[in-house]
Amino acid sequence: MKVEQVSVFLENKPGGLEHVTRVLADADINIRALSLADTSDFGILRLIVNDMESAAKALQDEGFTVKRSHVVAVEIPDRPGGMHSISKVLTEKNINVEYAYAFVERSGENAIIIFRFDDIDAGIDALLENGFTVLPGEKVYRL
Amino acid sequence: MIFNEEFETLPREALEALQLKRLQQVAGRVYHTVGFYKRVFDEAGITPDDIKTLDDIRRLPFTTKQDLRDNYPFGLFTVPMSNIVRLHASSGTTGKPTVVGYTRRDIEIWSRLMARSLVSAGLTKNDIIHNAYGYGLFTGGLGVHYGAEMLGASVIPMSSGSTKKQIMILQDFGPTAICCTPSYALHLAERGENMGVDMRSLRLRVGILGAEPWNEKIRQEIEDRLGITALDIYGLSEIMGPGVAMECAEGRNGLHVFEDHFIVETINPETGETVPYGEEGELVFTSLTKEAFPLIRYRTGDMSRLMKEPCKCGRTHVRMARVSGRSDDMLIIRGVNVFPSQIESVLRGIEGLEPHYELIVDREDKLDTLEIRVEMSEDIFSDEIKILQKIEQRITKDIKDYLGVIAKVKLVGSRTLERSEGKTQRVIDRREV
Repeated sequence: MKVEQVSVFLENKPGGLEHVTRVLADADINIRALSLADTSDFGILRLIVNDMESAAKALQDEGFTVKRSHVVAVEIPDRPGGMHSISKVLTEKNINVEYAYAFVERSGENAIIIFRFDDIDAGIDALLENGFTVLPGEKVYRL
Repeated sequence: MIFNEEFETLPREALEALQLKRLQQVAGRVYHTVGFYKRVFDEAGITPDDIKTLDDIRRLPFTTKQDLRDNYPFGLFTVPMSNIVRLHASSGTTGKPTVVGYTRRDIEIWSRLMARSLVSAGLTKNDIIHNAYGYGLFTGGLGVHYGAEMLGASVIPMSSGSTKKQIMILQDFGPTAICCTPSYALHLAERGENMGVDMRSLRLRVGILGAEPWNEKIRQEIEDRLGITALDIYGLSEIMGPGVAMECAEGRNGLHVFEDHFIVETINPETGETVPYGEEGELVFTSLTKEAFPLIRYRTGDMSRLMKEPCKCGRTHVRMARVSGRSDDMLIIRGVNVFPSQIESVLRGIEGLEPHYELIVDREDKLDTLEIRVEMSEDIFSDEIKILQKIEQRITKDIKDYLGVIAKVKLVGSRTLERSEGKTQRVIDRREV
């Protein structure tokens, strides 16, 4: 039920992101979802791609510092209150969200939210218990 | 003005006879009381009895910062702790500092030499001295303080930091002299001006500035902006603290080394050979009268040249030119001595961190800034910002705790810093001096 994500360390300077996307493009990697978090002097680019192994290797070969970690992908109907129904459950179960990012599915009917919880297994359990659709990695990679 | 007319103007012949007598005494004392000195003297094939002339000092082995480290903390003290009344410490080349100790008599001599320095700058017991050198393990604060009291002047034990408060006290207490680093003097001028204070109309008339390199251009700027006479003071904790040498107000050209208490030499840092007067070399000091912690031919790492020409102030003591730089890679950041190797050892102490780093030293608002760029590694990288920020904060804290300087830490991409064999390329010093 977990989705693998690859994070890349970026210095805050022009061309940093371009370098990453060039490497991924050259390796024929398709990006499914991404988020860029930044501070005043560095950034973390988090990616979910179609081929995690090749993406991580291509980036490492180019000298990037990468980290593979697990996140949770939840599918919810794309309508008002959708996100709130999730955060309500997480609050009740006292699960902390480290970060999250979201995108809308191609059909436009559903949204997918990627979560990083402090306790990933407890997060998945809470969501499943409350009837949410937690997407398996394979499905997200092929979106 | 001269504090100790007799000794500061001693004819050279008498001065050198005094130095020889004191050198023989101190060499004998360290040889017989400190295992380290016995060993290195024996290795050099010399005993204290072989010292017949002052030139024989060149046959004695050097003492280095490494030797102090090897004997950390008290291994080179020549008296039992019960005779020691004060300890100070300064930067070592790694995590451990260099420790120095003083007997009651050492403190008294130090106070007198510091009083000589103040008088040399034209101060008297009627002056109010604003002492902005740091109080604590650093010798600057207490060294100046005791000298000022010995002179009978009024001392304001301000210490460093709290610039706004310092400016208030400069206005309200009306000190006539200030002791601090040259860059802090400029910083005070700048901040005062920004606060709308007419810094030239303060009662200040003399600045006794030291603990970092500076030059004539900076002197001119300080004098113009604060409306004072700025003079250079030199010292280092290993030898004593501030007051080893002081520029005189009359000559304003080089600092008189108080030769009745120290022998100063300049050497070629590569070969250890003595360089002639007038030529630049590394300063080497022997303390002649220290009881607790005398040092024989201590290599300071400071580059300067010695001037033997008589000075118009009447002092017969040799002058050293303002320190022009270092023979090693030591940095002076806001008056604090920092070796890149110390930073490296702090970084090595943090798990997962690879000690690939670069130091960028610069000046902002006249004050030194230190940025440490540290390469990211797989071991510490995280997809969470707060974890990376914690690492930055941890490095800043450890650097502050161990070295006493505040550094801005910047994580950079792995393998983005230049790899080099030599150490110097790891330091980018953008300051003017």
